[in-house]
Amino acid sequence: MMSLGPYASFIVTSYAAAAVVVAILIGWIVLDHRNQTQRLRELDRSGITRRSGRSAMDAS
Amino acid sequence: MSLIDLANPTRFLALTARVLPWLAAATIILLAIGLYQSAYAPDDYQQGATVKIMFIHVPNAWLSMFVWGVMSIASLGTLVWRHPLADVAAKAAAPIGAAFTFLALLTGSLWGRPMWGTYWEWDARLTSVLILFLMYLGLMALWRAVDDPSRAARAAAVLTLVGAINLPIIKFSVDWWNTLHQPASVMRMGGSALDKSFLIPLLVMAIAFTLLFVTLHLAAMRNEILRRRVRSLQMMQASRVAFSSEAGAGSRGQNASKEVGAAG
Repeated sequence: MMSLGPYASFIVTSYAAAAVVVAILIGWIVLDHRNQTQRLRELDRSGITRRSGRSAMDAS
Repeated sequence: MSLIDLANPTRFLALTARVLPWLAAATIILLAIGLYQSAYAPDDYQQGATVKIMFIHVPNAWLSMFVWGVMSIASLGTLVWRHPLADVAAKAAAPIGAAFTFLALLTGSLWGRPMWGTYWEWDARLTSVLILFLMYLGLMALWRAVDDPSRAARAAAVLTLVGAINLPIIKFSVDWWNTLHQPASVMRMGGSALDKSFLIPLLVMAIAFTLLFVTLHLAAMRNEILRRRVRSLQMMQASRVAFSSEAGAGSRGQNASKEVGAAG
């Protein structure tokens, strides 16, 4: 069992803050991707296509 | 596939869809190894166990500058070569860079309280990193304030390149001024001053965080490409609606004039 000494709260807070910030970044990116693909799907369903004629969802 | 092929957003999306799962897996493995090594690193003879904060603080501090460097290269791509993915790369990197800079400031502050006796000191290193953080926030605000992505890209590129002046100031602040922050101990003339038991976990964590940045950056770039695709399709949809309503109004006008003619 590792001992963190008298400043354990500072060490634990640092690692917890890093975990929370990284989790927020990942969550934001995943939600943003879901959001954009959903909007593209809706546009695709309403018959709006790209100038190239390819589906809006192409390679997404 | 040559580098120029990546200029095509559709090819970029296809390639990154294949690469991202591998990058994410490598990041998770390296982070796990780095965290394990950090947990079992010995206490420092002066800092005690608080040396463990360094394994988080230093990679984030390095990345705060590295991300701005990436954005500066992307800004050159926007202004000089007008590369179609350059401003996408710059815009996608800004929030990630801001998060790393925030973590560098926060963990540095949490280390400073037990070691220096204060959370904050207005010395050259801390102040120049705080300015970097504010510049990230300013860039993000600029991107949101301008509606047209290509106009926003040019303004943001100029601001990014001007802001790059801060990078050598941050790096050499500990040499140029008398600061509370200690001078460089890893990347310095004559090699690292750290013992292997600290240097190895630190380098593993630095590589893991760099991989984390690459993974998140590529994913955020994909989102930005999709956002622009949504925007252009919505504009196309709006122009179609405007055209059809104009055509409708035109035909109604023609019918009305025919009715007036018939009445006369």
